[in-house]
Amino acid sequence: MISTENLTFQYSPSKKFQFPDFACADRETMLILGKSGKGKTTLLHLMALLLHPTGGKIQINNKEISELSVGDAARFRAQNVGIIYQKAHFVHSLSVMDNLLLVNYLSGQKQAVEKARHFAESLGFADHLKKKTTQLSQGEQQRVSIARALMNNPSVILADEPTSNLDDDNCLKVVDLLKNQTNEIGASLVVVTHDQRLKDVFEKQIQL
Amino acid sequence: MQTNVCLNDMNLIKISWSNLKDKPLTSFLSISLMALGIGIISLLLLVSKQLDEKFTRNVKGIDMVIGAKGSPLQLILASIYQIDAPTGNIPLEEATKLTRSPLVKTAIPLSMGDNYQGYRVIGTNEKYLQHFEVEYAEGKVFSKAMEVVAGAKAAQNLELKVGDSFVSQHGYDGEGHKHDEQKFKVTGILKTNNSVVDQLILTPLESVWAVHEHHEEGEQHADSGANALKLLEEDGSHKEEHEEEPKEITSMLIKFRNPALGMMMARNINQNTTLQTATPAIEINRLFALLGVGLDTLKWIALVIIIVSGLSVFVSLYNSLKERKYEMALMLSMGATRIRLFLLLLLEGLMISIIGYAAGVLLSRLGLWVMAENVEKNFHYDFNVLSLLPEEMYLMLGALVIGLLAAALPSLGIYRINISRTLADE
Repeated sequence: MISTENLTFQYSPSKKFQFPDFACADRETMLILGKSGKGKTTLLHLMALLLHPTGGKIQINNKEISELSVGDAARFRAQNVGIIYQKAHFVHSLSVMDNLLLVNYLSGQKQAVEKARHFAESLGFADHLKKKTTQLSQGEQQRVSIARALMNNPSVILADEPTSNLDDDNCLKVVDLLKNQTNEIGASLVVVTHDQRLKDVFEKQIQL
Repeated sequence: MQTNVCLNDMNLIKISWSNLKDKPLTSFLSISLMALGIGIISLLLLVSKQLDEKFTRNVKGIDMVIGAKGSPLQLILASIYQIDAPTGNIPLEEATKLTRSPLVKTAIPLSMGDNYQGYRVIGTNEKYLQHFEVEYAEGKVFSKAMEVVAGAKAAQNLELKVGDSFVSQHGYDGEGHKHDEQKFKVTGILKTNNSVVDQLILTPLESVWAVHEHHEEGEQHADSGANALKLLEEDGSHKEEHEEEPKEITSMLIKFRNPALGMMMARNINQNTTLQTATPAIEINRLFALLGVGLDTLKWIALVIIIVSGLSVFVSLYNSLKERKYEMALMLSMGATRIRLFLLLLLEGLMISIIGYAAGVLLSRLGLWVMAENVEKNFHYDFNVLSLLPEEMYLMLGALVIGLLAAALPSLGIYRINISRTLADE
């Protein structure tokens, strides 16, 4: 689970964001909607410990993370937070399978080949495990990046515009898979987007 | 199952290797440049080592060469290594007189001028064979004029056997006119000696005189030559018995009892006679100094190629880091430390160096083999090329350092990546 309180972030004196408080429990899903320039990505990076808040608190699993040092934050993120980006990026030279195992490797966990296969089955890209990621379609790539976010059994899954590059068909499919998989590992899912198509599929929503 | 797990395991080496394979042409270029540079230097090292060994082995025990006036280097090359034309002939008598000095331990006369299909026929005496400590594969030493003993290589390539006979040609290249009237007969074949003897055909001095004086009465002259020879071998008790045309030889190899005192004798000969002396050690050093300029130039060129290979690693890593900036930020967000990614990139440079080095060393062995096949006629190369020369260890160190440096400079860019901004930028 994840919750925030009086969260603020300041790039410069004139560019300052103040975010509403929210909480997202385990197995709960939440949509954060906002137009461009409202600080969606900034909020996501704060939750992902990629940025350090100027003020306020963030708690993941009841642990205050805004006070962690850079090194501790990196370790905490690697083990507790899974991130899905707008455009699926991978390590270009590695196969789909290796890109999944990379998550385990870089965070110092055991490399879970079976788990990767399992996700590939449930997300429908089991036939592509040996291929390079560039050989996959955008929809397939986004599904691989969902699997990648799940590889370390994180407590929180953060998705930044996960559907904006997908057509309607793929959009709903990907969101569905995202919700199911998150539920399966018992994590909280926070989706940040401007994609109005998602408005109807999330019960809990906040607007920036 | 176990291997399956190992193959699937991710690690830095696997990622680096994948990155190299992902850009095959760029990697190939960097590796080729490294291999070329290392290959050239390594080949130069091998060749100069082999030449050095060859030259040292053939010169052993010979302190001085007496011959006709001319280039002392030419005299040494012709008399010791049999790779140049001699400076001219000298009267046997005069040479013999000089060698009767108490300073001289041994004197070996040489007379050249003929060849058989490119292999030199050298007139000499048994002392020459003893000097090189030859062993016989077949047959025995010559006992009279027109008998020959063939070196291992010469015998093999000319397909000579004991009992065979052949006609020599004038000159050193196998294209001179044939001495049809006089036939040489093979009495012995030598075992491989790893010295110049391997490519020679040896015969008593008298044979050479006989062959070249056939227009007069060969028999008689061969006899008088033998007398002069006897003079040489018995330290000369009886002098000039007949009035006759003086016998000539090409040169005389001298071993001193005391080389230091011998040098004084050499100076005396050069100043007071029509002969000249040459010291193998000095001339060979001079030759190597001359060769050294060429070898050094090549070494510098090779070094430049290696540095260009380093540049190529630098540029390709620099460019790929720009392309892979997002990838790097991604890995950082997944818990990779910066030092780990730095090592990852360093490893790519290192791999190129190592592969390039290995390919270069292989290339040099291949080059030496091809060279040896081609110049076997002049030099018998020893093949001890499986082991690395000590210098090649330093070469490896150099290659690694260049690879590391070339990779380290662009890889430092890892420390400048702002994760959040890079990931937000797309």
